[in-house]
Amino acid sequence: MQQLADKLIQHCALLQGLPHELTYLLVEIVFGSLMLMLFVAPFAGIISWVERRVAARMMDRIGPNRVGPQGFLQWLADGVKSLLKEDIVPSSADSFLFRLAPYLVFAGMFMAFVSIPFTSRVIIADLNVGIFYIIAVTSLVVIGILMSGWASNNKFSLLGGMRSAAQIISYEIPAGLAILVVVLMSGSLSLQEIIKAQGAHPWNWFIFDNPFSFCSFFILFISSLAEGNRTPFDIPEAESELVSGYSTEYSGMRFVFFYFEEWANLYLIAAVGVTLFFGGWQIPPSVREWAVGVHFVLPHILEFATFFIKAMSLVFVIIWIRWTLPRLRVDQLMAMCWQYLIPLGFVMVLGTATWIVLFPQGVPLVRYVLFSGTLGLFGYFFYRVVFHLRYTKAELQFNPFV
Amino acid sequence: MPEFRTEEMLLNMGPQHPSTHGVIRFVVKTDGEVMSCAVPDVGYLHRSIEKISEQATYNGFMPWTDRVDYLAAMNCNVAYAMAVEKLAGIEIEKRGEYLRVISMELNRIVSHLLSVGSVGMDVGAYTPFIHALRDREKANDLIEELCGQRLTYNYARIGGVSFDMPVGWQAKVLAYLEDLELLMDEFNRLITGNKIFIKRLANVGVITPEDAIAYNLVGPNLRGSGIKYDLRKDEPYSVYPELDFEVPVGRGEMGTLGDCYDRFVVRIREMDQSISILRQCFAKIPAGEHLVKVPKKIRPPVGDVYIRTESTRGDMGVYLVSDGSDKPYRVKFRTGSFTAMSIVEKASRGLMVADLIAFIANLDIVAPEIDR
Amino acid sequence: MIVGANPCVRPNPGGHNGGRHIGLPLQNKNMTPEEVYKKLQEFFPNVIFEYVEGAKNAVTGKTTGDPAILVPAESILAVCEKLKVADGLNFDCLSNLTAVDRKDKFEVVYHLFSYQKRHQVTLKVVLPREDTAHVSTVETIWPVANWLEREVYDLFGIRFDGHSDLRRIMLPDDWVGHPLRKDYKEAEDYHGISTTRPPLLQ
Repeated sequence: MQQLADKLIQHCALLQGLPHELTYLLVEIVFGSLMLMLFVAPFAGIISWVERRVAARMMDRIGPNRVGPQGFLQWLADGVKSLLKEDIVPSSADSFLFRLAPYLVFAGMFMAFVSIPFTSRVIIADLNVGIFYIIAVTSLVVIGILMSGWASNNKFSLLGGMRSAAQIISYEIPAGLAILVVVLMSGSLSLQEIIKAQGAHPWNWFIFDNPFSFCSFFILFISSLAEGNRTPFDIPEAESELVSGYSTEYSGMRFVFFYFEEWANLYLIAAVGVTLFFGGWQIPPSVREWAVGVHFVLPHILEFATFFIKAMSLVFVIIWIRWTLPRLRVDQLMAMCWQYLIPLGFVMVLGTATWIVLFPQGVPLVRYVLFSGTLGLFGYFFYRVVFHLRYTKAELQFNPFV
Repeated sequence: MPEFRTEEMLLNMGPQHPSTHGVIRFVVKTDGEVMSCAVPDVGYLHRSIEKISEQATYNGFMPWTDRVDYLAAMNCNVAYAMAVEKLAGIEIEKRGEYLRVISMELNRIVSHLLSVGSVGMDVGAYTPFIHALRDREKANDLIEELCGQRLTYNYARIGGVSFDMPVGWQAKVLAYLEDLELLMDEFNRLITGNKIFIKRLANVGVITPEDAIAYNLVGPNLRGSGIKYDLRKDEPYSVYPELDFEVPVGRGEMGTLGDCYDRFVVRIREMDQSISILRQCFAKIPAGEHLVKVPKKIRPPVGDVYIRTESTRGDMGVYLVSDGSDKPYRVKFRTGSFTAMSIVEKASRGLMVADLIAFIANLDIVAPEIDR
Repeated sequence: MIVGANPCVRPNPGGHNGGRHIGLPLQNKNMTPEEVYKKLQEFFPNVIFEYVEGAKNAVTGKTTGDPAILVPAESILAVCEKLKVADGLNFDCLSNLTAVDRKDKFEVVYHLFSYQKRHQVTLKVVLPREDTAHVSTVETIWPVANWLEREVYDLFGIRFDGHSDLRRIMLPDDWVGHPLRKDYKEAEDYHGISTTRPPLLQ
């Protein structure tokens, strides 16, 4: 990035008059925003389409299929429609805070993408406190949600905002503990370093490193679901109870910002999970060598594809959970966090620390056992799926675009 | 340190709210999430059906009875027809009775599917709801073939039913029942046995058997409280004595007797019983007239009659007063939702806001049936 | 090996064990309304009850309507209390409570039912056809009467003495008149909203 800026300074007379630091900053901001806008914005939209189609399939419906091929451009049509809608600010609402809240939510989510490593090179800023930074900026979302709940001057919004704040703040503790496990194992907060500490093969991933990290992944996953207000933890916007929770009074583009945050968050949850526990963009060294021989861009494409496929699999699981499970009640949600996840999180941190002290090089056998055990579980799962399909005599459609 | 003062919050839920199942309003007094009470306010769907009855002839009033409880229109039709027949002393043929029972039980399946589905939706599980609606649509198609309507059937007539079964209909229904059993299994695996779902419903909104009788809860709500009383069994009418079926009751399987889960499970099991009743009906249905000849203008003797039938929402009472003319002097529908609604204020004390939603959905309240 | 559906979530193992029958579902334990009437007359020798036969079919001569017991308005509360607690009667359930406008009088109709004895009876209270018509509430005996009486008050304008919350239930609080009275004339408009509409066909 710096080389790019230097080149620009050489060639552009206007920039030579400015201090170099300012130029670097400008270039960073311009390129960073461009990348985010070009990647994250459409991506959140596409995920919304994926979610709607997947949900429709699970519910035996069709889902959006009119705009573009297989309804692929539905998100664009919805975005344009929302943009053209009237932006209503309730007369009794706190107008300033009401307008501000969506931006905070939006900014908090976007800033987190800054340190997501899509490949070994494609990362906007490889911060040395990367994972810490992500936890910190996503907390901005809570403030936005609480603000929207309060400023709407609506009791349903207020309840939604309060529920959300309580929930997100509580679940940051187990999430932080689970992340701590990874940090212990990798010895770094930088996301690139964490990925490099893992291998390309599944048994070299952190999730299979030891039993404690295995459990930590699930703690992180559950906590992320709760932080992202996803079912079964979607109590802040529980449609059947609170109408739409904190976003009840919003309309038009401001409303979309909240949903944008939700879908971008979906990818963020998956990306963080993949980075920390599933080896991120790692591809086997032999494949990399072959790819470098073909073209110097190819390894990056492969890395990106690896990361993308892993993340999308997790996104699919999250969507799947959402459309399968009912919602917890607020007290059950809190009980789950404080009574189970947090103590368990501490055990995992202590356990991992002990494990690292006892086996500094790791135990390959444990890795293989955990990996094959997981494979076995998947096998059993598919066996049950096939059994149930036969039992209900359902017709199986392998084509996802029916 | 300054003393903190907390206030109860008044939360106005409805008349337009996603989960009031129609137009009902609750004034909820909450302290944060825990409610001190929820006061129901009904009447938003009052269409004065009882007043309209004064101007309609006995036969002409039949379509209005559909609107009393649009999810169990057939049961309302039959309840009204039975009241008129009893007062006028009209006897109907076996085939007509069987056709009534067939359509009533199919209607019960339709209604219960929507009820159990919407309980799922109200605790946040959307897929079971859509699955239930999908299965319900198929039953609606069958009913449409039988009587030409999907929701307000207007199928019963004084003296029988309006049409006989279409050719080939019986086989279609039997095939549907085969499918439905499997789909209900799938539904049960998806939601009835779900841990979160059980946690949400068990021990919530407990209605003791004593309360259930004092507030005159009826139907699945009454049986959910453990009282084995079903008019089809205990005070049999129509051809129910000839049919063999069980009366499922709540047993407090997952929590306390009379909690939301008991009521939910009673409905699930009643559907199984309805499937069995339907099969028996098709096996036993005799040949004959579906509609007996009755005079165009029915003039029951001066007097009144009160009959009770087991609708999907329980004991549906029809009080019919005749003054000897061809128009009813007064018709009163005693409905299950009305009494179920009156217990909400008592039973909702100390629940959480989320529980109230589950509780209301679980009582299977249909707003037009409350208000009529 | 999995055989059949997962049994733990198939909640229908017969579906009929458990539950409790209240009292005896035996037919011969039932009391006819006439027996109830006689029993009541025994309990309250000073009160004048009247037994009304059900409607009779003019051609066949069969009784098709329900018989009823007329109860004086001032003793309805005591009678109902007795009907609920007295052994052998045990009317634990108020199935229905409504009213009929007979043009020259109001009739408040109580349909009682007993889960324990499986019998039912109809009580009727005749009130003068006046705006001041009132009768004692039975809410204290059967809580369900609360809403049923509110409905009667709303639609007939009959007052229930001692009722805890006698407000309109179906209609708005500021509605004028009681629609189920036979002489009810609908107002031209309600808060400027017309209650009539032009005929569809001219």
